Order: sequence, then C-alpha cells, then structure tokens
Amino acid sequence: MDTPATSVSIRDLSLNFGTVAVLKGLDLDIQEGEFLVLLGPSGCGKSTLLNCIAGLMDVSDGQIFIKDRNVTWEEPKDRGIGMVFQSYALYPQMTVRGNLSFGLKTAGMAKDEIAKRVARTADVLQIEPLLDRKPSQLSGGQRQRVAIGRALVRDVDVFLFDEPLSNLDAKLRSELRVEIKRLHQKLANTMVYVTHDQIEAMTLADRIAVMRGGQIQQLDAPQTIYSRPVNRYVADFIGSPGMNFLSGAVEIKDGIPHFIAEGIDVSLSNYIFNGDAVAAGPAELGVRPEHIGVNSGEDWPYANTVAVEVVEPMGSDTLIWSKLGNQNISMRLPSERAPRVGDSVSIGFDPMRASLFDIATGARL
Amino acid sequence: MADVQTLNMVAAGVDPASDRLSGPRGARPRRTLSRRNIFIYGTLILVAVYYLIPLYVMIVTSLKGMPEIRLGNIFAPPVEITFEPWVKAWATACTGLNCDGLSRGFWNSVQITVPSVIFSIGVASINGYALANWRFKGADTFFTILIVGAFIPYQVMIYPIVILLREIGLYGTLWGLVIVHSIFGMPILTLLFRNYFSSVPEELFKAARVDGAGFWRIYFVIMLPMALPIFVVAIIIQITGIWNDFLFGVIYTKPDTYPMTVQLNNIVNSVQGVKEYNVNMAATILTGLVPLIVYFVSGKLFVRGIAAGAVKG
Repeated sequence: MDTPATSVSIRDLSLNFGTVAVLKGLDLDIQEGEFLVLLGPSGCGKSTLLNCIAGLMDVSDGQIFIKDRNVTWEEPKDRGIGMVFQSYALYPQMTVRGNLSFGLKTAGMAKDEIAKRVARTADVLQIEPLLDRKPSQLSGGQRQRVAIGRALVRDVDVFLFDEPLSNLDAKLRSELRVEIKRLHQKLANTMVYVTHDQIEAMTLADRIAVMRGGQIQQLDAPQTIYSRPVNRYVADFIGSPGMNFLSGAVEIKDGIPHFIAEGIDVSLSNYIFNGDAVAAGPAELGVRPEHIGVNSGEDWPYANTVAVEVVEPMGSDTLIWSKLGNQNISMRLPSERAPRVGDSVSIGFDPMRASLFDIATGARL
Repeated sequence: MADVQTLNMVAAGVDPASDRLSGPRGARPRRTLSRRNIFIYGTLILVAVYYLIPLYVMIVTSLKGMPEIRLGNIFAPPVEITFEPWVKAWATACTGLNCDGLSRGFWNSVQITVPSVIFSIGVASINGYALANWRFKGADTFFTILIVGAFIPYQVMIYPIVILLREIGLYGTLWGLVIVHSIFGMPILTLLFRNYFSSVPEELFKAARVDGAGFWRIYFVIMLPMALPIFVVAIIIQITGIWNDFLFGVIYTKPDTYPMTVQLNNIVNSVQGVKEYNVNMAATILTGLVPLIVYFVSGKLFVRGIAAGAVKG
C-alpha cells in the first residue's frame, strides 16, 4: 500500500451482471477522514460501487482495501463499515433501541456495554425521546436519524451512505444535510456518500467522484469540478441551470487561438489550455449562465449585444434566454436587474472562466 | 370553472351571491332506499340464501329423529329436537368392523394435519426465504422445477409414491401420509413465501447483513416476525387442504388410520341397513367443522395476508 493514510482503497474493480459490465476497472483511493461523494445519474454504477465496498455484492475482479486490509472476500460485518440506506431499512418490528442494538447483540457484546453505546449514540443524534418507539411511529427525518444511529453505534471506521436523503422532502433534506456535515466534522470518520443530487454533493463533499457508465469521470474537490470540468459530460452534469455549450471551431489568428462560430469570435488569449500545443479544429465552448455578465458595465474580454427572448424568474435569480449568433444561450442575473422580453442587453464573459471541449472526444482542451 | 358558473347565473338573471350561499354544501345526501341499494342488497341476500339453504337443511335434518324425517318435509324445522344423531355419528356409527364413530377418524386427521402443516410450512418458508433473498447459483432453475411440480396432476404420482412408501416401510402409516402431504404442499407454499419475501425491501436484508446477522438470524429475527400474515394464509390453506383431502387418505392409509373424510364416506355409503339421514348429516357437519372454524377465526387475517402477498408477485 502506498500511503498509510488511505482509508478505503479500490484497485481495478470490475463487476459484471452476466454480459453487462456495471463497473469497469475502477480505481479509487479515499483518504482517512475524507468525505467522498459518488455522484452520477441513475444506472451509472455508484450504488453498485458502494454495495461492493460494503461487501453486499461480490466483485468480478479487482481488490478492495479498508484500513490497509484486503477485505475483498470478507463478510460485510467484518469490514468495519456501517451503512445507511435510502429507504431507512429499519427493522419494523423492533423499537428504535432494538434497531440500534441489533448489530451489537449479533456480535455478542455485553449488555451494559450495549446500553452505554446506545445511550451515547442517542445523545449524539438527539433521539433519546424516540428510543422506545417503533419505526412506524417516526417521521421520515427521525427514521433516517435512527438509521444513521445504527451505523454510528457500531463504532465503524467507514460510513457508507446510499442516497440517504432522497426520500425526504426538500426542507428536511437540507436540514439533515447540515446535520450530516456536522456529524462528519465531529466524528472525522471516513464517509462515502452516494447521491444523484449535485447540491448535496457540492455542499457535503471534500472530494466528488463524478461517475458515468461504471467509470469515474473526474475525482476532484467540488470547486475544481465546477470550474474546471475534465470533459463535456461532467461540465453538463454539474451546475444548475446547466452550462451553455456553443459549437464552433478553434482557429489560430496571428498566433492567438480564437473560438469561432457564426456571429461569435472569442479570443482565447487568457484561456488556460490543457497541455501546450493548441491545434485548430472543431470545438465546443462551455460558459456557465452565472459567468455571463448582463448590463454589468464591466469591461469584459468578450462582449456582445443580444435581444432577450425568454425570461425565467427563479426567485432570487432570473434566468434569461437569448441567441448568440444562431445558438441559444442562457444567462443568470439577480432578479432586481432582470430585463424584459425584447430588451436589448449587452453581455460579456471572461474566456478564462469558460471551458473548451473537443467535439469528438468531449475532453477538455 | 367558477367564473363560467357565475357568468351563466348572471345571464339567467339569478343573483349569484345568494344562490351560492343556498346551493349544495358539504357531504352529498344519499338515500338509503335508492334503486341502486335495493338491487345490490337484493342480489346479495338472494345469493346468500341460495348458499345457506343446503346448510340449513343439513342442520335441521341432523336434529330430527328418523320418524320425522320419513314425513318428507326437508325444509320444516324439527318438531322434537334430538342430539342423538350427533352423538351416534361421533361415537358409535359403524364403518366396517369398527363401531366407534367418527371420533377415531377425527383423531387420525388431527395427527395427520398438525405435523403436515408444521413441517410443510416450516420447510416452504425457509425455501421461499432462501430463493428470494439469497440468490444462490441455480436458484432460478430450482424455482422453475418446483413450480412445474405444482402443475403435474397428483394422479400421475400416486403409484410411484405407493412403491416409495412401501420400500421405506411407511406405507399405510400416518407418517407416510404426513410426508406425502408435505411434499405436495411444497410448490405452492414455496411460491407463496418467495413472493412475500421478495416484496420485503431488499435494503432491510442488506442492513441486517451489515449488522452481522447470518442466514438463520435474519430468518428468525427479521423475516419471520414480518411474515406473520403470510404464515396465517399458509396455515389456512394447509389445514383446509389436508383436512379435506380424500384421495391421499384413502390410498396411503389403512382402515385403522383412515382420516375423517374417508371414514365419513364409509359411514354415509354403508349399504347395509336403513339410511340414517340424520346421522349422515351430523357426521358431515362434524367433518366440515374444523375448516369452518379455521375460516371464521382467521378470516380477516386471511384476507390481509392474501392482499399483502399480492402486492408484488
């Protein structure tokens, strides 16, 4: 093993269901105490990966290490993991106390030790008043808190969360999100968190692994994934409202690369290219709606004047749609400065904050 | 829609405000004696009477003496109520050489039904649990074979099983019949339990595994308490099925070990002497009493269990 600080390490992991490859030669190192979020659309293999780490699914190939111990063939209980499920998965016929102590009883722990641990966990999660209730008498948020407690009580090294907040309504979700973040700061355990919600991913994660088709597309800090996505897929998946993609081509004029499309000519003199050689060829320019200034009065490296076609108020912000050349483009600005349909507005953006992608491969240029 | 209504009322010269206040409000009134109700309840009562008349005739006849029966008024209530036919049917009616009534058959049936029900449901629930939750290699093949078993007519297997039981020395014994009933109940019961356990959220099973529970602990502590409704369904199906069975009883047992149904047949169909209708009726009701009681006691649970199992199939 390379560094002793690795908590979970996955080497060349593959999983096939019959002829369908769900995970394809996946490598992942999770640091001690890190909060890692596996993010992707449904069917990308993120939950499958979590189940493999938990030992609930047998892998086809590759190895899994937890705390530098090869656990590839170990039973879930011997891996030092606790898991929280989307549907809470509380044992319906047991009280909250029974749910919390079931794993400890199974492990043959002494009664007073179990009582001590349950009390401590209930204190951390503030669920003492619920201890003698059945799961059916709890609200969704309380149930999920008990489910987290069931992982907590076992004193594990690694917490696995499988879309734990997806069954809750928006308000509770944001409340519990903060609570999970607090819990992580308090416990400093390694946590692996699966979600398809990018807000959860951005707010919780130390690092995000964006997955697609059984592979990790990008593994980076949330801010890096947001501002420097490695390919068009990640750029499109992260950010709401989504990034604008303008298709055109890169041309070199007087030694300076330019992005050219019909009615658009953006100088890329300050764009930070991946690699040294910049070749001319078809490309896509990705610009986030919030990075386009509208009537801002600033001096943008690229500026133009466009007519507003559609206005979408979203509360604090307003999204406006227009055309740049012949391509649709959306911009986001504070609602109090929102123009009306038909107005002519001056827009501008900084190519340094934009992303340029190869049309054929989708990779960042 | 409210606007359209208002406009119409204005056009018709009605003051909309006052009409709105006096208009329909709250629960819609329903007449008890509507044509719809008369039709529904009429049909239900008719069908119920149609079903209950034979039972009425049986009960009434079983309470009459033979002279009264010979009068021929089968619908007339008994003039003189007598329980003698019931006592005779239970304790002294003759079948072949034995003259100890249905009581012998009753105890035989109890000895057959109780172990068969416990054994078949015990094994089938574990089968279903393993098939639903522990997807072992070849589980689908195993399940298919089992289901095919449910569609093979019993008659095909009668003779091979006779030979089988003879070879292991259980032919003609109660335990032989217990084994036969357990085997024949297996396909349908396994299907029942598999479907029920499949409808239990998979995450619950996963959570138990993460908590360190193994095959038996998950079965006994997590799954079994949740499966109570389907156990009730299985128990009812098995008790009534096995209690009412005639074919296997007559083939795989001897006169000493005949179940109640076979004995009932022998009492009713005995050719010598007078036909004692009152004894026959009493004997029939006595035989049918056990499934009847089972239905009455567990009817509600039965429906709930069937509905629970039907959610996902």
